[in-house]
Formats: sequence, C-alpha cells, structure tokens
Amino acid sequence: MINRRTFDAVIVGGGGAGLRAALTLAEANQKVALISKVFPTRSHTVSAQGGITAALANVSDDNWHWHMYDTVKGSDYLGDQDAIEFMCRNAPTAVYELEHMGLPFSRLDNGKIYQRPFGGQSQNYGGEQAIRTCAAADRTGHALLHTLYQRNIAARTQFFDEFFALDLIHDDTGSVTGVMALEIETGEPWLFEARAVLLATGGACRIFRHSTNAHINTGDGLGMVLRAGLPLEDMEFWQFHPTGIPEVGSLITEGVRGEGGYLVNKDGERFMPRYAPHALDLASRDVVARAIAQEMLAGRGCGEHGDFVLLKIDHIGADKIKERLPGIRELSMQFSGVDPCEAPIPVTPTAHYMMGGIPTNLHAQVVAPVRYGPEEAVPGLYAAGECACVSVHGANRLGGNSLLDLVVFGRAAGSHMLEYLRENPIPLPMDQDRVDAVMARLSRWDKPHGSERVSTLRADMQRIMQAHCGVYRNEALLQEGLVKLGEVAARLGDAFIEDRSRAFNTARLEALELENLMSIARATLVSALARTESRGAHAREDYPERDDDRWLRHTLYSANQDALDYKPVRLKPLTVDGFRPKARTY
Amino acid sequence: MRFRIYRYNPETDAKPFMQDYTLDFDACGKKVLDALIAIKDTLDESLSFRRSCREGVCGSDGVNVNGSNVLACITPLEGLSEPVTIRPLPRLGVIRDLIVDMEQFYRHYRAVKPYLINLDPEPESERLQTPQERQQLDGLWECVLCGCCTTSCPSFWWNPDRFLGPSALLQSARFVLDSRDQATDERLDFVEDPYRLFRCHGIMNCVESCPKGLNPTTAIGKIKALLVDRAL
Repeated sequence: MINRRTFDAVIVGGGGAGLRAALTLAEANQKVALISKVFPTRSHTVSAQGGITAALANVSDDNWHWHMYDTVKGSDYLGDQDAIEFMCRNAPTAVYELEHMGLPFSRLDNGKIYQRPFGGQSQNYGGEQAIRTCAAADRTGHALLHTLYQRNIAARTQFFDEFFALDLIHDDTGSVTGVMALEIETGEPWLFEARAVLLATGGACRIFRHSTNAHINTGDGLGMVLRAGLPLEDMEFWQFHPTGIPEVGSLITEGVRGEGGYLVNKDGERFMPRYAPHALDLASRDVVARAIAQEMLAGRGCGEHGDFVLLKIDHIGADKIKERLPGIRELSMQFSGVDPCEAPIPVTPTAHYMMGGIPTNLHAQVVAPVRYGPEEAVPGLYAAGECACVSVHGANRLGGNSLLDLVVFGRAAGSHMLEYLRENPIPLPMDQDRVDAVMARLSRWDKPHGSERVSTLRADMQRIMQAHCGVYRNEALLQEGLVKLGEVAARLGDAFIEDRSRAFNTARLEALELENLMSIARATLVSALARTESRGAHAREDYPERDDDRWLRHTLYSANQDALDYKPVRLKPLTVDGFRPKARTY
Repeated sequence: MRFRIYRYNPETDAKPFMQDYTLDFDACGKKVLDALIAIKDTLDESLSFRRSCREGVCGSDGVNVNGSNVLACITPLEGLSEPVTIRPLPRLGVIRDLIVDMEQFYRHYRAVKPYLINLDPEPESERLQTPQERQQLDGLWECVLCGCCTTSCPSFWWNPDRFLGPSALLQSARFVLDSRDQATDERLDFVEDPYRLFRCHGIMNCVESCPKGLNPTTAIGKIKALLVDRAL
C-alpha cells in the first residue's frame, strides 16, 4: 500500500540549495531523487531580487577577506567564522560556475558580470562602500533558480514534483535511512529509501502575518527535524527586511537603495543619516529596520496610521529604473499602485529571512549534541540553504549572502554526500515501526469531527507572532505570546478538515504545514525569551546591549519539553585570523 | 462579490460543474488569488488551486478568469464583471478544480534543451558578453513557465502533442540568441519542422495573455528569420 523507491540520495526541496546539491550528485552518476512540494521553479528562490554577493572586484577594488569581515560584522559576531571564511572564499568560484552554466547575468561595458552596491558592504574592513553584489537585473533569484533547474534537466536528475515530505526515517543509532512523502496528486504515501538525505526546504516566515515569503515557506524540514528529536539553532533570529510593501508583504529589493534610492519619513526628511552616519541607507538590514520602526514610533511614519515610510528612487531616472529594476517597478505598480519612476514607494519592515535553522557544519552535515560533543554529525543527514544554520548569517544576514549560501553549501552538501555514499555503500535496514508511526501521524487528519479550522488557527498564530515577536521584543511581550501560542497549540488538537478526498487535497497539506509552523513558532518564542541581550535582528527593549560575556553562543532548542542548550560560536576561521567582537556601527 | 468557479473532483464528481460563491469582502486593492484564498479559508476548504509566491514571479497560479488566461495573484478584482468566472487553463487535462496537468507543457519545454550548450573549456573567470549581446536575451529569460500563453494558442489546442507552443519556442529563442551558446544549428534543426515551429500562424494570443508582458510571437519571428538566413 506504501509505494517504495530506492535511491542513493534523496533531496527534499527544489530551490537553489537542493538543485545545486542534486546537480553535483547527478553529474557524478549517483542515483538521486529530488522531491519537491511544488514544481521546482515555483520555489521561493525565484523571488530573490537584488543579487548574489561575491568579491569579483569587477567594479570596485575588492577581495574575499573584506567580504568575510563584512559578513562577520553583519552577523553581529554570532556567525561561525570557519563557515564564513569557507563561503566568502568560495564565492567567486561559485558565481563563475553559475555564469558557465548559463545564468544570464547583467553585464558591464567590458563584458564582465554587473555588480551593484548592497547594505553592509565595505572595502578595507569597514572603509568605503564596496560594490559586490552580482545581479541579473532585479530578478537574480529567477535567473539562478531556472539555470540550476535547467542544468539538472541536462544531468537527468530524477524529479518527484508535487511530493510533500512528511518525516525522516532513521534507525536506532540515529542513522538516516529515508524519507516518507505524500504524492500530492494521488494522496498516496511513498517511502524513499536512501543512504543520504539532504533537507533543503527553505524558510518559514509564514509564522508571521506580514512576510515577504511565498505561501509555501512553512519550514517543513524544520518540523521534520524537531519530530526526529534533533534540535534547531538560533531560532530567535528572524530578519525583518526594511522594505516590504505594507500589508501585501512583497519585497522591494535592497538593490533599490544600492542603485541610489533612499528612505524618507512623513516630513520628507532623509532620516538614515541620524542612525548610520557613514553607511546611510546601506547600513545592515537590522539597523535600517530598527531605524524605520523608531521613525514610526516617534510619529514620523506616513499614512493615516503612520505605519510606513517612503522609498524614493525616481531621481535616478526612468531609463535606469526600467533597465536595472524592472521587476520592482512591476511589483510596485501592481501592489501599491505607484510607479517608482514618478513617486516614492511605501515600505515597512517585513519578516523576510530565518537566520536560524537546522544546525550544520560547513560540509552541510546536520550536527547535534547526541552523545559525545555539541557538534556530532548525524549519519546520512544533511541540510543546506535557508533551512540550515551553518551559521554564516549569525544574528543578521547581509543582503546578497542568501543566494550565495544556497550555491556554496548546496555544492558542499553534494560533494560531501558523494564521499559519504562511497564510504557507506550498503543501505541500512528500514525500521518499519517508524514508517508506521508516520502513517499514524498522517491518519490523525482523517478523523471526521472537530471544532477548529486550520485556516483560523494559522491566522491566530500569525497574529500572535507578528504582535509578540517583531522587530522589538521584551520579556512581558514574549511571555504573553508564549501563553497565547500555547492556547492555539491546544486548539490544534481539535482541528479537523472536512475534505478527506485523496486527489490533490490542499486542505490536508495546509494542515500538515500548520503543524510544522506551530512547532517553529514555539521554538522561536522560547529561544527569544531566553536570550537576554540585543544582538543583530534580536532587539530586546529590556536588554538593549549586546552581552558577549554571556551570549556569544548559539541557542539549541529541542521540542522535547522546550529544552534549551547552548554551544560556543566558532571564532576561529580556517586559515586567517579571526575577527574579535567589537562595537558595531555603520 | 460573486464568483462562478469550475469544480471537479475525480473521486466524487462524474463530470465538472460550475459552483457559485458570494464573498463578503472589500475587493479594493485585492487580487483574484486573494478571493480564491478567502473562499477556501472561509467558505469551502475543498476548493483546490496552486499558489506559491503570490507576486507574479513563480508562475504557479495560471487560471482563466472571465475568458482570459492570467496569473491569479496579479490580476486585480476591481473592474472584473460579475460573477467572476474562474476556470482552469484551457486544453490541458484537469487534475482537480483549477489544477491542470502541466506535463505536456513541461515536455515541450524539456524538448528544446533549455540549457546552455558550450563545449569550450571553462575559463578561470566569467565568459565575457557585451551588454548588447546580453540585451538580446531580454524579454526571453524572464518567462515564468505559467502556461498562460501556450494554453491560449489555437495552434496548441489543435496539435498539443506536436506543436511546441509559444512558451517552449520562447525558451528555444533564449538559447539560440545567447552569444555564449554553441548549439545554434542543432537547435534550429530541431524546431525546423512543419509542426514544432511552423504551426505558429502569428495569431498572437500568446502576446495578449503573457502576464509578464513578454512577446513570444517576436521571439518565434527571430527563430524564423535565423532559419531563413541559414537557408540563404
């Protein structure tokens, strides 16, 4: 009754990280299956706009070590410096590789890849603005995702499109032996047996009411990891992008400010000089988001409710806007009714990116404190992309580093999985009890009666997270949020779906997604409540300072009794000297 | 606001039918996808449709609204005549409600080898391409594979298995016109066929329906011009 297939490796998720890893494995003639709940080019990578950061030095003087410095500083020193060195050092190669694959980068007059300035980028360790983000107009994510998908077609990767991953299957020793999934079109369960599994399931900003994320960003891989008894890292750190379209949530790229745009309040004042006298509108995202929040709190927000500010770009001229920011112009006209060639775009801080996630090392192996140390590799299990916390972004991600993270660690995952598959040629026995347990969990949604609707619970959760875990937090707010979320969790037991048909039952999918979202929301509140300092995107009104003595460490949250554990930040890079924490100004 | 929506569940319905819904909400500034989600969340959770990015870049939610193929997430509700009639994209098999079987469409996409073919050794850094060469790709590489154009094309309706359709031909042009690609002849050989390419009669429904404002007819024209050049 359960369909079974056997592969060398299974990849869950068809975004940038999953496709990059699949490519390495398929090109090495491994039997690899990629399962994705949407056709791969519908993955959220497609929404990335501004670009991918790499020190190519095509426009300004640059090198990877400066990029590394900026990333460490941007992370508010919570990023692991070995992983950051690995990413920044490999960035140029990764970008050239994408170009060789056919990615249609915009070009400079000399024929090289076009680069634009982005927030938090500097030359010479904090000096002049660097110009480091490689772009395909303002649709870099689209270009990257389609290119990687296309290369996988050429490499004959086997795709299982519209398959929803349910749970990991592992044996008693913790070794991963496969993945259970639901074929959406037929509603039938599938067991994918594999010696290595990569989770590349993306972010989970759908825990918030206002988010730049696609509907599909429900953190399914994180839910799977928590249910497998493994921890999540640094879940208190969520990036609020300074410039989302109010209410709708759609992203307006930092590239707008990179191309010369700036923010103004209701008095028409360009306010960023008061908050970041040197970097101005291109300070780190957490800094700009807090500045906007401060302006709004001080009554200088625009509109009837004072809940947005304006992003002005018309002064660079309509031709430049149409050439370099065509996608932004389209979004702005469609969702705000504003043509940025003529008028400023209304924007407000909007949940955008999850810095935390599934703990991994720089080979993308999932690591957990299982028996011996804090970072023991879980045999056969990998994670890469936004769902993973490697941690290159620490407490705050720099713009353009997300697409880079996908390809660098997607590739690293593929390479290490190849090695692992060679060393572990024999499949381990499949634990039927665990398969049965997943089926039992699934059948929970077949019960015919209940009192709560999935859509209501989801909306309640999103409102709670928005109100209690936004740009600014404090103890009372978080405590209250946790109590309210507990009430929603209790109601989840009474939830039911009327539609119990098999074929393409999206109501059932939304129920399963809600279970994942709820566990992630809880991880977030518990982790945020415990961290009594302000660092990067985690801004505590009651603890406004960064506290390196107590909190220069990573949080590890486990679902079992909300247990919290901590592990040290890796301050030692691979080959260069580490950057010691110091005051962070822009 | 009143809606009339195509329903079909293969497990329970002998044949498709149209179902009416009345939604009590403020349509101001909202899109068709907002209405579909509101119906699913508040009136009928069994209504099934695809959606992902909700901002017109992923191509999931191509549907037919009042007779036109559109992306639901960027189609404003204001100005639509009521009842707003929503059907699946035409000519493809229906899996359930507004969800169509895209496999035929994807098969044509894969058939044009939608990937760069360049057999030269890879240089140390990027291959150079002038802004003018790169500009040849504008209007081609932005395709989101939603299927709105191909399913609006009468030539595709008549020969869905043999005519590649505007989207796949646009993808072919994207690689034919890329200065870095070396398989131009092979690509032209493949499309030079009475059905694959030459069923396009320039009806231009594709141009009308492309939600991204792309122009597959022009792209097809460029392929035809290259075929003529090659023959001379």
